[in-house]
Amino acid sequence: MIDIRGLNAVFGHGKHAFHAVRDVSLTVDRGQSVGLVGESGSGKTTVLRALAGLLDRVARVDGEMIVAGETLLQHRSREFRRRVQMVFQDPFGSLHPRHTVDTILSEPARVHRLDRIEQRVVNALEEVGLDASFRFRYPHQISGGQRQRVSVARALITDPEIILLDEPTSALDVSVQAEVLNLLMRLRHEHGLTYVLVSHNLSVIAHMCETLSVMQNGSIVETMNVQQLRDHNPTMPYTKQLMTASLGYDRAAIDAFEEFG
Amino acid sequence: MVQTLETPLLSVEDLHVTYDTPTGLVRAVSGVSFELGREKLGIVGESGSGKSQTGRAILGLTAAGGEVRARRMEFEGTDLLTADQPTMRRVRGAGISMIMQDPKYSLNPVMTVGAQIEEAFLIHSKSSKRVAHERTLEMLRAVKIREPQRVYKAYPHEVSGGMGQRIMIAMMMIPEPNIIIADEPTSALDVTVQLQVLAVLDDMIAERRMGLIFISHDLNLIASFCDRILIMYGGKIMEQCTADNLHQAQHPYTRGLLNCLPRLDGGQSELSVLKRDPAWLETTGMAE
Repeated sequence: MIDIRGLNAVFGHGKHAFHAVRDVSLTVDRGQSVGLVGESGSGKTTVLRALAGLLDRVARVDGEMIVAGETLLQHRSREFRRRVQMVFQDPFGSLHPRHTVDTILSEPARVHRLDRIEQRVVNALEEVGLDASFRFRYPHQISGGQRQRVSVARALITDPEIILLDEPTSALDVSVQAEVLNLLMRLRHEHGLTYVLVSHNLSVIAHMCETLSVMQNGSIVETMNVQQLRDHNPTMPYTKQLMTASLGYDRAAIDAFEEFG
Repeated sequence: MVQTLETPLLSVEDLHVTYDTPTGLVRAVSGVSFELGREKLGIVGESGSGKSQTGRAILGLTAAGGEVRARRMEFEGTDLLTADQPTMRRVRGAGISMIMQDPKYSLNPVMTVGAQIEEAFLIHSKSSKRVAHERTLEMLRAVKIREPQRVYKAYPHEVSGGMGQRIMIAMMMIPEPNIIIADEPTSALDVTVQLQVLAVLDDMIAERRMGLIFISHDLNLIASFCDRILIMYGGKIMEQCTADNLHQAQHPYTRGLLNCLPRLDGGQSELSVLKRDPAWLETTGMAE
């Protein structure tokens, strides 16, 4: 479904150039859910943005990206933009504050010249567990969890095949996170969606994905099956350290932490 | 657990924080009581649980428009409810100090790191500039900053998040307070850096036999870092337990929070969802 080979992304020029993604290759099968984990600055979000075509004019991107048989050129086709949708981290920043939920949801449908827009809006809201009364509210009138549900509804409205999820629950309380993760799992099964999920939280990745790639300084250092993670058995020292750290505070383990870089 | 027989450093009894807003009275904290000894006390809760408001009320940092009431709020013999401003200024910093979440916003961007740490020291001591300089470098070394001379002259934007938070710790520790209130001190940091910063804090607390109030939304972190935990919801304490016993907690809210966490070694079955019971907020006082 997704095949990335030798992806590089460089921000800036000359002395100030920053090589954010280095030679990244990633394969995702149809219906699969793949996780990208790493610390801040590791390049995980940049990979997602490169895939979505959000780096034009911001960074120099090269490498081969094939999505559902279509080789991605610098200019993404309208059809690609319909089939591939993205959900962002911050539901406070990613919804237009002066647009109602109805406007937010019908805009992508209009852009893609879809029919029965009103019906689609109502359906999408229902899919994410919000009733039709939410249609005419503004983002500031609903909670953070409801806003993230609206973001998911906006992604669903064009009937996509792939959803790129960039830290979809890290701004939410754990009880709300559980609801959104359950929602994403259900939608994936019902619609046969393919997910690429970026997160710094290994537990979220372990819960949502079948395979995961660990990124560090722009490169993928390890790709593994989720079972390997559940068994606390990663191969690379960097991944091991990340895993130890995510298990909680352990004074003795911290002294053994190494600097990777 | 470090619950000792000596008199507690801080006692809070029946604390209420309310805000009078155009849409009615908001009860941010209602009826919170606890004591703090020389231990690491965690306050855990979701957003809006009143955990930060509790920390701020202790230091008299409740935002304008908020009202703080309590039967008793005492720090080492000082009544924090009736203390005048000069007394409170002595308490803040030298008695109780606070580490905030994001060093990017809580360090002064136009002062060098060294100058702000020195300032924190000089306000509470009658030492010379030279002594302050020495103490500052010593403090930077204590929080494991490798090149204290360089960092002393740096501005906050020139240091990383993890280093920024260590600088905050140095600044809060230099007046030698007895209590540190840390409000989500490491939530903005990467997980390995987070633990390294906590290790620095942990060692200093143990060495200086201080009390720590650690406010966080992260149950696992609090359970592994603190000695004792208060679980807050809707401005009230739902339950308190020792950190070792968190996973045997009884209250349905605590159980609910623990159950909705995805687990590294768990399966992909549906996560249980928290069902909130209005009855949790009806009980007055606190569940022991």
